[in-house]
Amino acid sequence: MPKGILGKKIGMTQIFTDQGIAIPVTVIEAGPCLVVQTKTPGKDGYSAIQIGFGDKRERLFTKPLKGQFTKAGVRPLRYLRELRVADPEAYKVGQEIKADIFTAGEKVDVVGTTKGKGFAGGIKRHGFHRGPMAHGSKYHRRPGSLGAKGPARVFKGRKLPGHLGAERVTVQNLEVVIVDADRNMLAVKGAVPGPKGGLVLVKPSTKSRED
Amino acid sequence: MNLIHSIEQEQVKKDIVKFAPGDTVRVHVKVVEGGRERIQIFEGVVIRRRGGGLSETFTVRRVSYGVGVERTFPMHTPKIERIEVLRRGRVRRARLYYLRGLRGKAARIQDKR
Repeated sequence: MPKGILGKKIGMTQIFTDQGIAIPVTVIEAGPCLVVQTKTPGKDGYSAIQIGFGDKRERLFTKPLKGQFTKAGVRPLRYLRELRVADPEAYKVGQEIKADIFTAGEKVDVVGTTKGKGFAGGIKRHGFHRGPMAHGSKYHRRPGSLGAKGPARVFKGRKLPGHLGAERVTVQNLEVVIVDADRNMLAVKGAVPGPKGGLVLVKPSTKSRED
Repeated sequence: MNLIHSIEQEQVKKDIVKFAPGDTVRVHVKVVEGGRERIQIFEGVVIRRRGGGLSETFTVRRVSYGVGVERTFPMHTPKIERIEVLRRGRVRRARLYYLRGLRGKAARIQDKR
């Protein structure tokens, strides 16, 4: 059964194993999420569940959105996301999803929105090399040649400065180190996209999926 | 932030003796050798303490057979069994990197009174 949970990135720290090895972990406040809607092929043409996470002041919800929650019989939630599942009937509206859907040692994928970097140059954005900064060089951080003279145009896909960050990124195959459903906490090995406080989706790793 | 703090507090050792740069310490380190665990002692002068909380580390320097050896230990690693302070030294800075350039008599540190 595919599963997933929404959470908030809290930040990074380290954890010592019994062997004394410090492993870097990202702490995620995972859930509790509520199932707000189930989508079935008969009704919606595809199967999925819609889960919600996080609180927001009551008056900030619009009436139509509040209606969605009233219909489901759950309290209004800040974030709503859909998860594709094969068996939406297995879930009940209003059902709570907690961090204990994962176990320590399991591999997961984490989806987040990276920090926005604004309009970035070629060096930061694509890892271009820079020119010499001194000795009369006037060529510092420029993108350089855009291609050959013959075609008399720039080919599509040419790496150039532009907007960087603030995009959806999935980090695959992270190991779950701690699961604590009482504190609604997950700790995964390694870094996770996005700022502290950012919304992340934790789901079972695609690479270790059996089906 | 609180969640991270509580995770770190669970792992922080509370029974660590107070020591500072300039002190001579004996660090009891657990080493696994061929499936058997034993205690190895590393003795020397603390030349640096850096970081805070769970990620704090300290560096011990000793001169063994004329070769300077420095080992950096995470303060709260379970590999350290205990730390013994042998002497408290009087030093005027927090990072004793200058000891690297000194040998013999010049590299001595005065006892704290």
